Amino acid sequence: MKDTPLSNCERDFLLKAIEEKKRLDGRQTYDYRKMKITFGTDYGCCFVDLGKTRVMAQVSCELVAPKESRPNEGIMFFNIELSPMASPAFEQGRQSELSVKLNRQLERCLRNSKCIDTESLCVVSGEKVWQIRVDVHLLNHDGNLMDAASIAAITALCHFRRPDVGIQGDEVTVYSPEERDPIPLSIYHMPISVSFSFFQQGTYLLVDPCEREERVMDGLLMIAMNKHREICSIQSSGGIMLLKEQVMRCSKIASVKVSEITELLNKALVNDKKARKEGGRCGFAESLPQERITALKMEETSVEMTDATERAKDIVQKADARPQKVPSPVVPVPGVGQVGQGLQNTWGLEEDEDDEEEAEECDSGEEQEEAVTKMEEERHEKEASGEGDVVEISDSEEEDVVILHPAMPDKALKWVHQFSMHCN
Amino acid sequence: MMEVCGSSSVTLREFGCEQSLLSRPDGSASFSQGDTSVLAAAYGPAEVKVSKEIYDRATLEVLIQPKVGLPSVRERSQEQCVRETCEASLLLSLHPRSSLTLILQLIHNDGSILSCFLNAACMALMDAGLPMSCLFCGVTCAINADGQIITDPTAVQEKESRAVMTFAIDSTKRRVMMSSTKGSFSVHELQQCIAFYRDSVSRRYSKTL
Repeated sequence: MKDTPLSNCERDFLLKAIEEKKRLDGRQTYDYRKMKITFGTDYGCCFVDLGKTRVMAQVSCELVAPKESRPNEGIMFFNIELSPMASPAFEQGRQSELSVKLNRQLERCLRNSKCIDTESLCVVSGEKVWQIRVDVHLLNHDGNLMDAASIAAITALCHFRRPDVGIQGDEVTVYSPEERDPIPLSIYHMPISVSFSFFQQGTYLLVDPCEREERVMDGLLMIAMNKHREICSIQSSGGIMLLKEQVMRCSKIASVKVSEITELLNKALVNDKKARKEGGRCGFAESLPQERITALKMEETSVEMTDATERAKDIVQKADARPQKVPSPVVPVPGVGQVGQGLQNTWGLEEDEDDEEEAEECDSGEEQEEAVTKMEEERHEKEASGEGDVVEISDSEEEDVVILHPAMPDKALKWVHQFSMHCN
Repeated sequence: MMEVCGSSSVTLREFGCEQSLLSRPDGSASFSQGDTSVLAAAYGPAEVKVSKEIYDRATLEVLIQPKVGLPSVRERSQEQCVRETCEASLLLSLHPRSSLTLILQLIHNDGSILSCFLNAACMALMDAGLPMSCLFCGVTCAINADGQIITDPTAVQEKESRAVMTFAIDSTKRRVMMSSTKGSFSVHELQQCIAFYRDSVSRRYSKTL
């Protein structure tokens, strides 16, 4: 399936609006969209909604043999799945460029920053270690997939509980969740990525681009940082030239955003912990809204109305004078084309087939006040009421057209009576 | 002799559905039966690859995404069940040389997963506005070691049962469109299950339609 290409007028509109420092959804330059973090039924399942972008992460674990180069460290495996659900452009099974890029960025952000203590994942050195697998599924693509994926991955890792393990001599016992409470992973810090999109040759930036803004941007800068203001990873793509001051400014903005997001994340984790302790059911099913209409419903968007009245007055004043009223405009009937303007039809028209036409009129059940006859009186009437009439050009073969006016009820009634008698 | 456990006690877990959740797909729906949840998205009619086009019908493609790992043979067989049911109810000849894509994402599996896939698929196709000759719904039955029939079993109940059967039933004539069974059971038991089915299906249709 192919994605709809972006039209030129859409692109121009977006770029023009960005020049005037306006965003499509009314956000400010450094604003993030509304973020929502929810958890699934089992440990390690997390949903992140960033505006309309929707992402699900699931963490699972398995006992495997360790890598030979690192016999007493656990293994972390990351996978971002670009589901065809998210966008018609994503195809199942194809390793597209975007998929490779996102996977690599997530790995650098989480693995290379050593945010998880892998040595605590070791069970028997050289033989059995835990392999922690993080699968991120993109469910809806409305821009800024990287940020949503990184938030979902780190939240799911914080939420996850692995089974408890007991070692007695050579015997290793893995306890099920019912026997012993599962234990959380030991996480040193929480790296979160923040994306900046650049426009106008790298001079203007926007935080958290939506899908339309991503399509028209010049380049993207991704900074992964934790709340202790340590940069875990920086990546710039798109080939734009950035000044040093730009990058420093972006990192400052990123630190502010990351601390806000980390706070939201922690609050969500605490709420979930409380809900689970109280024994209430939690999960995707529970977070569905009950007995409320949610489909086809949009939130109110604020419209900028600051100078609407002045601008409206300006436009009215500067508008051209109203065009002159034409006494007898020549209007073609719908369905009729016209070549050239205003000339009288000089082709010879047949004057017969009177009855056929009348029958046609009755059958079609016209609502237009159009009566056709071939009688002389008609012609007189037409000339008399010439001024102010709308002359319709149609390709029907009737020669004379008379518009019945409501102001002339007698004549109209007469004709209507005649016609009803004809039809009956 | 198989015991029928109280023919009027057809118990389904609480089910819920939400449509138009996602902005990109043409139609989307999430369906949950108890703790089992599935998210479905439908795209179509859209452009089709020349290798897959059919001259007089639309090409329906169903993709089932598991939560962990890549799709395997189990997902392929579930996809086939869902695809055949959808092809029987969609009016494919209205959109020749087009593609209809249905993507099902497993959110949580607590038993009766194939029937949840079928229900979510039907809701997503409806939300996309694709022309259908009938609606369909899926219900799973399990026969446990005692011979009791349990409708809409949880994962634990499925594991302990002798046979698990899933049927897709259409909305107009209440006939079986697709059946997928696992385990051993007698013909008599199968007929009992289908009879039970009609009760549970009428309950389900009264709630969703």
